[in-house]
Amino acid sequence: MTVVENAPQTLEIGQSRLRKEDRRLITGRTRWTDNIQITGLLHMAMVRSPIAHGTITGIDTSAAKQVPGVVAVFTGADLDAEQSSLPIAWPINSEQQPPKHPSIAVDKVTFAGEIVAIVVARSAATAKDAVELVEVDYDPLDPVLDMEAALRDDAPLVHPDLGSNKWAYFKLDSAEAGTGGDVDQAIAAAEDADDQIVVRRRFRQQRLIPAFMEPRSVVVDPNAEQLTMWSATQVPHIVRTMTALLLGIPEHKLRVIAPDVGGGFGGKLQVIPEEWLAVLVARRLSKPVKWTETRSESLLSAHHGRDQIQDITLSARRDGTVTGLKVELLADMGAQMGLFTPAVPVLGAFMYNSIYKFPAYQFNCTDVFTTKTWTDAYRGAGRPEATFAIERIMDELAVELDIEPLALREKNWITHDEFPFTTVVGLTYDSGNYEAATEKAKQLFDYDGLRREQAERRERGDVKQLGIGISTFTEMCGLAPSRLLGQLGAGAGGWEHSHIRMLPSGKAEVVIGVSPHGQGHETAFSQIVADQLGIGFDDIEILHGDTQSSPRGLDTYGSRSLVVGGIAVHKAAGKVVDRARIFAAHLLEASEDDLEFEHGRFSVRGTDKGVTIQDVAMAVFTGHDYPQGEEPSIDAEATFDPENFSYPHGTHLCATEVDTETGMVSIRSYVCVDDIGEVINPLIVEGQVHGGLAQGIAQALFEEAAYDEAGTLLSGTFVDYTLPSAADLPSFTTDRTTTAATSNPLGVKGVGEAGTIASTPAVVNAVLDALRQFGVKDIDMPTTPYRVWTALNSAKGTAGRGDEADVASPGAGLGSTAGDISKGDTQGGHL
Amino acid sequence: EDDVEPRMLLVQYLRERLGKTGTVIGCDTSNCGACTVHLDGLSVKSCSVLAVQANGSEVLTVEGLERDGQLHPVQQAFHDNHALQCGYCTPGMIMQSIDLLGDNPDPSEQEVREGIEGNLCRCTGYQNIVRAVQDAAQKMKPGASASQPAAQSVAGGGA
Repeated sequence: MTVVENAPQTLEIGQSRLRKEDRRLITGRTRWTDNIQITGLLHMAMVRSPIAHGTITGIDTSAAKQVPGVVAVFTGADLDAEQSSLPIAWPINSEQQPPKHPSIAVDKVTFAGEIVAIVVARSAATAKDAVELVEVDYDPLDPVLDMEAALRDDAPLVHPDLGSNKWAYFKLDSAEAGTGGDVDQAIAAAEDADDQIVVRRRFRQQRLIPAFMEPRSVVVDPNAEQLTMWSATQVPHIVRTMTALLLGIPEHKLRVIAPDVGGGFGGKLQVIPEEWLAVLVARRLSKPVKWTETRSESLLSAHHGRDQIQDITLSARRDGTVTGLKVELLADMGAQMGLFTPAVPVLGAFMYNSIYKFPAYQFNCTDVFTTKTWTDAYRGAGRPEATFAIERIMDELAVELDIEPLALREKNWITHDEFPFTTVVGLTYDSGNYEAATEKAKQLFDYDGLRREQAERRERGDVKQLGIGISTFTEMCGLAPSRLLGQLGAGAGGWEHSHIRMLPSGKAEVVIGVSPHGQGHETAFSQIVADQLGIGFDDIEILHGDTQSSPRGLDTYGSRSLVVGGIAVHKAAGKVVDRARIFAAHLLEASEDDLEFEHGRFSVRGTDKGVTIQDVAMAVFTGHDYPQGEEPSIDAEATFDPENFSYPHGTHLCATEVDTETGMVSIRSYVCVDDIGEVINPLIVEGQVHGGLAQGIAQALFEEAAYDEAGTLLSGTFVDYTLPSAADLPSFTTDRTTTAATSNPLGVKGVGEAGTIASTPAVVNAVLDALRQFGVKDIDMPTTPYRVWTALNSAKGTAGRGDEADVASPGAGLGSTAGDISKGDTQGGHL
Repeated sequence: EDDVEPRMLLVQYLRERLGKTGTVIGCDTSNCGACTVHLDGLSVKSCSVLAVQANGSEVLTVEGLERDGQLHPVQQAFHDNHALQCGYCTPGMIMQSIDLLGDNPDPSEQEVREGIEGNLCRCTGYQNIVRAVQDAAQKMKPGASASQPAAQSVAGGGA
């Protein structure tokens, strides 16, 4: 018997509860890592390499050491014996030993921004002043910037010991796996047949920066009984385990705390050099130390995201039925590997087939080293790239076949009566209804009305042309089944843990392993526990982010907190009720089988006798009267290891107005209908969708981490790395359809990444839909006014000076220059 | 009375000298607005003001908005409308929103968007922030129950 069965009228789940977390955040009483002060605290500032690639020939720290207030200056030579190699949790390549990833460079630098020396001083300002006085001499080496050039035999090597800039090759083939047909055969057959078509496209995922608002910060106190680290991290448990295993600190002598953390988006899913250097320096000096980065440091050296070249081949019959999909990727890892660097594209490998019933599929990915900042997870990690590629090329196929793009998708998608559906990669989608979400989105969007308006504007030749973009997406999240991660070579599993402590007064402390940084775990998880235990929402405290109070967990990323962590909470609460039932039966002198549990009260069926769960908690605490043979405790813990991923889906529709004179793109209307299963808190869900949309739209329109020919980051401030402001974004229309997940008892699916995964192709499809009439075939992201204008004028043959390639900022693989924008010329003849 | 280095920024003074850590630093180019406070009743980015420039002035930070346990209507509206997630931009965003409503007590959506465009948020997509500012505007209208409290000085007066 579960609580839910006994309490059909749920009280909390489904309500838009306002967040518990807000009070301290809106009153300025937040505990950010940088707010921490400890007596005797010293401050670290980093000397970073200004060049992308070079040999260190000398470091002179003498002037810096003379500065009053400077306590010490360390170089790589001082710390190398202790610094180990930063962890790579999922190397993909099992054949080779990964190159050492130093926290501080010793004799060579491999990207601009790499740490080469550390100044420790009594104040942060003094430390920064002294950084200017550290003299480092370099012998520059040729930078490695373009992925295709990096793979040539004559390319300079980022890690000479490897003998190549290619690190890993990952392949997924439906014929080899026995989950589908042979894609090369499908493509060859399509090339030979009159009634079939082959569409080939190259897409670029520009390099992005997660750009969480709170800069990273670390404080280490070496003098506590457990060496204690506070860090603005998404992953305190991973940091603790990795630091213990690799820096040689006994695990039980290390405590990691993630206090209030100001956003992450994957960017704080890392074990960072500065965390380890803070440990080494604090230990060396026996003093607490702090490091807080500047924004420029963050943009330069915190891991970046995306940066792939995607070659996509789709074969189809002329009626629109897709017969095969082949994906060839180059993924830019940058100079080093972090926790998941080479694995990020692999998280997308299973998703290019998306919601469609493709019979044959092959995915190939090559991970490449370059002399740029290392890449790793950024919101969606692998799945936005997959969704972009498939939704872009479905539009391309629709254009080639002159089929309405939504109709083309419908012809290929899994219908609602086909669930559970095993896809061409062998994943089983548990539930979904693509028809329902699409129908609702079309109505909210007024799809037919906007299509009419689009036709009218074309007819009139308006300066502002309307484009309509579609993205019907799904993704896999809720990372992840532990055994599957093991089969794929990951270093750890994907379970999650919760422990519920029932206090004597009947209030509950709920310990969770997932570690929030803005998501609202405290509110949503309180709602789950309140319903299950029948106690008040405000009588529940959620404890997290400190390995001392929350010893077990794998932290927050991959939209896993609710669908894995929340289920652990749900199971633990169920166990508390099961335990309490034993004691309640004893107190009521009744059989357990005769007890009903509803709204926090055990009652004897058919009588008015009963005790509340608070009564039970107090009775257990006093221990005066409880069943023989039982331990006096109703606390419970649970570990949940999911059996499947979570598959949220949705239909996103975007209408853009493109100014054909200036190239300016503005979003006229954005509608999304997401199916994320059952919902714990609609308000929080809506917020997650809004924020996700903003980041996906930003990839389409605004953001790019660009490098120059020397390998210097050109977008190292918020002046150059242009996050959207409120004035750059529209209001979104968000709605939901619901098919409950069958893979967990709450029926929930992940939502944290959905908006980001879905929105980018919707926007770019809309931009191109407005401009294809002029002969524009593609525009690289971000589709800035300059790029749109250039593409339009190239297509019309009215381009200006003809030297635009020299002034545009280079993007992924140094490739997305203005010269590529009009690559319609080379993409026209793809049949 | 306090002596400060001439180069010390107001935000550093608030955080490091006064322990007023409610005001935070989000960038180093005055783009993000996380450090927004009120200086003599007007919003400023406190990373762009030297501490000595605040000499003799009244500085209001997010910590000074609450009155007798009552949140300022803009704080309350941020809570009511789920206008924050990680909360890092929130103090600056609230201070800027109060300034905006001082200039324009009944802003349209577009006026709110333009009024807060100097403050970056990475979590919310801004939609609920816009909603919160408009909600607060309604609640702060003359005759509405909540009223805007007067500023209380937390710094200045002889830096």
